[in-house]
Amino acid sequence: MKLVELASTIRSKNAGVDHITFDIICRERHNFERVRDSGVLNRASVARLFGIEEARVTDFVVFEPAQAIKFTIRRLRPSGCKGETDMFGSQQYAPLFDVEIP
Amino acid sequence: MKPIRIITPTGHLGTTPLEKGSFERGCAQRPDYIIADSGSADIGPYPLGADRPASSEVWQRHDLEAMLVAARKLGIPMIIGSASDTGTNRGVDQYVRLIKEIAAQHKLAPFKLAAVYSEVPVSDLIHRVQAGETIAGLNGRPTADLALLKRTDRVVAVMGVEPIRAVLRDGADVIIAGRSGDCAIFAAPILNAGGGEADAYFCGKAMECASFCGEPFMGKETILGRVDSEGVFLTAMHPAQRCTPASVASHAMYERLNPFREYVPGGFLDMSRCRYEQVDEKTTRVTGQTFVADAETWIKLEGAGKVAERALFILGIRDPYTIANLDRAIDWTKGKLAERFGPVGGTYDVFYHDYGRGAVMGEMEPTPAKSPLEVGIVVEVTCDDAARAEVICHIAAKNLFYARLPDVKGTAGTAAIMSDEVLHARPAYEWTLNHIIKAKDQSEFFSTRFETIHA
Repeated sequence: MKLVELASTIRSKNAGVDHITFDIICRERHNFERVRDSGVLNRASVARLFGIEEARVTDFVVFEPAQAIKFTIRRLRPSGCKGETDMFGSQQYAPLFDVEIP
Repeated sequence: MKPIRIITPTGHLGTTPLEKGSFERGCAQRPDYIIADSGSADIGPYPLGADRPASSEVWQRHDLEAMLVAARKLGIPMIIGSASDTGTNRGVDQYVRLIKEIAAQHKLAPFKLAAVYSEVPVSDLIHRVQAGETIAGLNGRPTADLALLKRTDRVVAVMGVEPIRAVLRDGADVIIAGRSGDCAIFAAPILNAGGGEADAYFCGKAMECASFCGEPFMGKETILGRVDSEGVFLTAMHPAQRCTPASVASHAMYERLNPFREYVPGGFLDMSRCRYEQVDEKTTRVTGQTFVADAETWIKLEGAGKVAERALFILGIRDPYTIANLDRAIDWTKGKLAERFGPVGGTYDVFYHDYGRGAVMGEMEPTPAKSPLEVGIVVEVTCDDAARAEVICHIAAKNLFYARLPDVKGTAGTAAIMSDEVLHARPAYEWTLNHIIKAKDQSEFFSTRFETIHA
């Protein structure tokens, strides 16, 4: 199944001026456990998905109280620099939709 | 402790207007404080660097009026943090002026206003670095050196709870604060009432974006927070919204590097053992948070500096052959720019934001481009001199109209021009400081002025 069918929220947003953070939240407990226990999402796999070095994934946590997986990517340049394409970091999550969760 | 009840009607006062219905419902709960944050770093470095508001004064006045009139009627203090988006002295003075105008308009009885300033002169930081003080970078940034400070136009220090606690103790009815930590403006009155640090900061963290901690998703609706000896209670005031364990927990991780820690001057809030429980239809209780104190006090500094002037031009492309060869066309135009103005990235820069072909995600886009029906292009040119930026931007765009591709059929123009004009964009700024500096105490970088407001 694709992640977009299991998660109720998939979002990205600035976390301060140097990072973009991603939240994947499942409303249903069994969906959350399926995503969590599949192990498909981890530091290495999200780095691969976005085509970046793993060292730029600064945080990756399972956050049980929100039934969520959260990871954070360091920006190459602070938000709002010249040439900026997404000042709020709010449209970087779409590639997560198609991640296959067994 | 004495139980404390706080309402907040908006997560960023001034962006769009607060919703009156849930705000009035919140006021009917007879809260002890009305509090709102008015700042954000998401608006980019320009408002701080250029010292300009990002929000419209129409909506700033709208929200301040609703809050001030309600607070004076209830006879309770009102606290505004990060005045006018950035919390510079300009922002504080602007909000003080608005408060005076609103007080006069409504003929309010006299009240005591405290303005708390948080701007730090760049020259002061230069002297400190020259004297050997360290301005340490956050998130892997290097320590600030003199070169970085010289590139910085404006700096605010982010206040913790102490400056706000002090003016509350001195009887302030209305507090207009410069740049403030989101949770500090909520935590200050809770601490003054004898609440613990963990509950005080958690309550602030949960309330700082108002109705973002409820579900379904709504902005600008009022949330009621209560702290007593049983924990932190969050209640949605909109009839169709609830605070649930899921909504409060998911907000606890919103916009942060990780969901377990919130750093404030003097320590951090540890949320890793929080318990969230639904206690009634609209209310969630949170317990289990702890506070880890730091022996040292570090104050965060935010700074921005001007990088260049900026100009924009908008184009569209429909020809499938040109779209398929757009990289070649752009390379050709860049070559023409280099012939005339020197290499791109030298004394000027050019960015082709090609919407429909990876403009949004850029280097992080994993999906191979499909051929879109149309591509929209925003040409962005930055350069020290505004007039030169305009000249370069015009050519950078118009050369796409004349792009030389070998098999192009449309030989009367290879781009659609929306309007043949260069748009003057505001200058490009950069977040230069996202740093911390050691302070003697939490008040070191902040100053306070009291004023009695007579209508």
